Amino acid sequence: MSAATETVRNPNPETVGNTSPGTVGNANPEPVGIVELADSRLTLDHLDTLESESIHIFREVVAEFERPVLLFSGGKDSVVMLHLAAKAFWPGPVPFPLLHIDTGHNFPEVLAYRDRAVAEKGVRLEVATVQDYIDDGRLAERRDGTRNPLQTQPLLDAIADHRFDAVFGGGRRDEEKARAKERIFSLRDEFGAWDPRNQRPELWNLYNGRHRPGEHVRVFPLSNWTELDVWRYIAREDIDLPELYYAHQREVFERDGMLLAVGPVSAPRESETVVTKQVRYRTVGDMSCTGAVESDAVTVQDVVIEVAATRLTERGATRADDRISEAAMEDRKKEGYF
Amino acid sequence: MPTTTTRNHAATSETATSKHLHPTLLRLATAGSVDDGKSTLVGRLLHDSKSVLADQLDAVERVSRDRGLAHADLALLTDGLRAEREQGITIDVAYRYFATADRSFILADCPGHVQYTRNTVTGASTADAVVLLVDARKGVLEQTRRHLAVAALLRVPHVIVAVNKIDLVGFDEDVYTRVAADLAEVAIDLGLPDLISLPVSALEGDNVVDRSSRTDWYTGPSLLEILEALPVADDPSHEEFRFPVQLTLRPQEAARDAAHREYRGYAGQIASGVVRVGDQVVVLPGGRRTTIAGIDTADGTLAEAFAPRSVALRLTDDIDVARGDLIAAATSAPEPTRDLMATVCWLSAEPLSKHSRVLLKHTTRTTRAIVSAVDGVLDLDAVRIISAHDLGLNDIGRLRIRTAEPIAAEPYARHRRTGAFLLIDAQSGQTLAAGMVGDPLAGEGEHADEWDI
Repeated sequence: MSAATETVRNPNPETVGNTSPGTVGNANPEPVGIVELADSRLTLDHLDTLESESIHIFREVVAEFERPVLLFSGGKDSVVMLHLAAKAFWPGPVPFPLLHIDTGHNFPEVLAYRDRAVAEKGVRLEVATVQDYIDDGRLAERRDGTRNPLQTQPLLDAIADHRFDAVFGGGRRDEEKARAKERIFSLRDEFGAWDPRNQRPELWNLYNGRHRPGEHVRVFPLSNWTELDVWRYIAREDIDLPELYYAHQREVFERDGMLLAVGPVSAPRESETVVTKQVRYRTVGDMSCTGAVESDAVTVQDVVIEVAATRLTERGATRADDRISEAAMEDRKKEGYF
Repeated sequence: MPTTTTRNHAATSETATSKHLHPTLLRLATAGSVDDGKSTLVGRLLHDSKSVLADQLDAVERVSRDRGLAHADLALLTDGLRAEREQGITIDVAYRYFATADRSFILADCPGHVQYTRNTVTGASTADAVVLLVDARKGVLEQTRRHLAVAALLRVPHVIVAVNKIDLVGFDEDVYTRVAADLAEVAIDLGLPDLISLPVSALEGDNVVDRSSRTDWYTGPSLLEILEALPVADDPSHEEFRFPVQLTLRPQEAARDAAHREYRGYAGQIASGVVRVGDQVVVLPGGRRTTIAGIDTADGTLAEAFAPRSVALRLTDDIDVARGDLIAAATSAPEPTRDLMATVCWLSAEPLSKHSRVLLKHTTRTTRAIVSAVDGVLDLDAVRIISAHDLGLNDIGRLRIRTAEPIAAEPYARHRRTGAFLLIDAQSGQTLAAGMVGDPLAGEGEHADEWDI
């Protein structure tokens, strides 16, 4: 990036509002050395603004907490978080480990990507495994087979065992209605619970991360990013992702209006027909309940265009577990989910 | 009969192929009284700007039908919590996102009840613009004055008043003109010179996204057009440079590139103004002067950078700089102080009298503090200070505060970032108050002296 990118033209015309007591106008001309434009305000573009906000959040946490950790699944939001963290602490390394809550229902490509990314960034990876909990009886397999809700206990145990006091999550407010009410710094009590009716007010960019022993703070550096912002940023920064985010041929079958991949944890029932389609994933999670979408988007630019034109939300299109009820996410979050 | 024009300039699908490579980001907060149609307006903005997706709309229509409503209740798009839907009210600030070809918007949808003033303060603290709703039939209410006062107090750069339900007064110009005149008067009282008003019908969509032919006496832009054209923030080139240090980047042998083993940079987000290599700066509260040697990002070095970019600064002198310090332009640096006169909005259910010893968080520095005096509480309706000895939830009061360490505080009226602080309970960690140094309502005018720090 050169200094020239600092000066961004504000594309808007200068004056509006002609029946008001006051009008909105342009400020005075620019000092020397800055490119003269029709509207010569110095304005960061929206991706630079979001990036700077996220970097500020990462740095605040590292400065004020003793043991932060970043939740890393290999999904696009966690990949973007790791990219931002690397930028925030350049030229040093990312100063905290990653934590993966492994459902055991992973897409193999995502697991391979995870290990590649960890090696490349030189960070430590902790893994908490849902399968261990099922094997020794602490958790029971659900009748519907999905393991997304089962991640909460291993997550809370890992936080307690490692005494993590700040946990970076990739949650975005545009994803879901309960998340729209979430703070950037979100306090969790010793049970990991979220109390949506008793959240701290969050003013300016003064984040209050104070907590008592046993409590921890979930931090959401991507709070203000939308799915489209994430994709535009992936395109701009040329960020490598697991290949299943791009259109590819895959054997799928339809269940509850979603296209599920044929795999060891998602076998079709007798009544379900397997077909090969060109698909991609908008989210990656538990393979048994994460749906693919039909897509021709082979490149990142194709995906940006597809996401900009979509008529379905990311979770509505791809997550069976969020279709359970209007408040499924709120209920999971109250229990300590991501 | 279709009465609005059908120009559709707001489809998100256009954004990917926008001719503008650099869309900007505008932060909005909405405010209004109960039943003035605020949620409907927000729903209308999202819906008409094509930011509501099909499955969200399906859910809203399903719930509306279950409740026996004839039309989809767009307010359900923003009321996200179980308790909110059950009680039919908005409890907490909800953040919404929509985009047009030129601009992305973050909308903080704030509850309208008087008891949630603290949420309006929260939403307004980061806003570039506040959109306030007024019911055309009711005109300027106490709650309107209250919300305008909060916007003035928090120094939100732009205030837009949507005079709503204009359809219910027969699109009568006289009604609108009367309300607009009352608004102008309040705006002058509060020192809000840039207040913009316009007539809308959130329910029917007039002047929300598209200009309405039913208000042909109003020749101004629609609400969305106004929002698209507003300057994003104060122009950094007219601000004084301020940079709170978040931490020191000093990787030593952990550097990812051996060439950076000796690197020492100070990481932070530019709070205001522009910084250039070679600029003279002062490090506060210590007061050492030095020069900017380099401006670094992970993508390379910059010759100059401006707010709100996150960067790392290198200095020419090897001086002691740590988290909590403020690097400021040498020509305009504030004088560090331990005694503040401040205006606070009390956010806790427990009164101030139980919290005279607190933590004060200002930029990146947290220090112990004592509230030494309560000088009064703001009567928001009359916009004047009346005497008081304590502050309770939602009160806006004037305090004197003594800090354990000197802080580089400045009048909030001039510096939104370096004039803001939090009061925090040291035991529970709860945020007690939002603080603004000096008297933001008096601005920089003649009354400012009394409250100067």
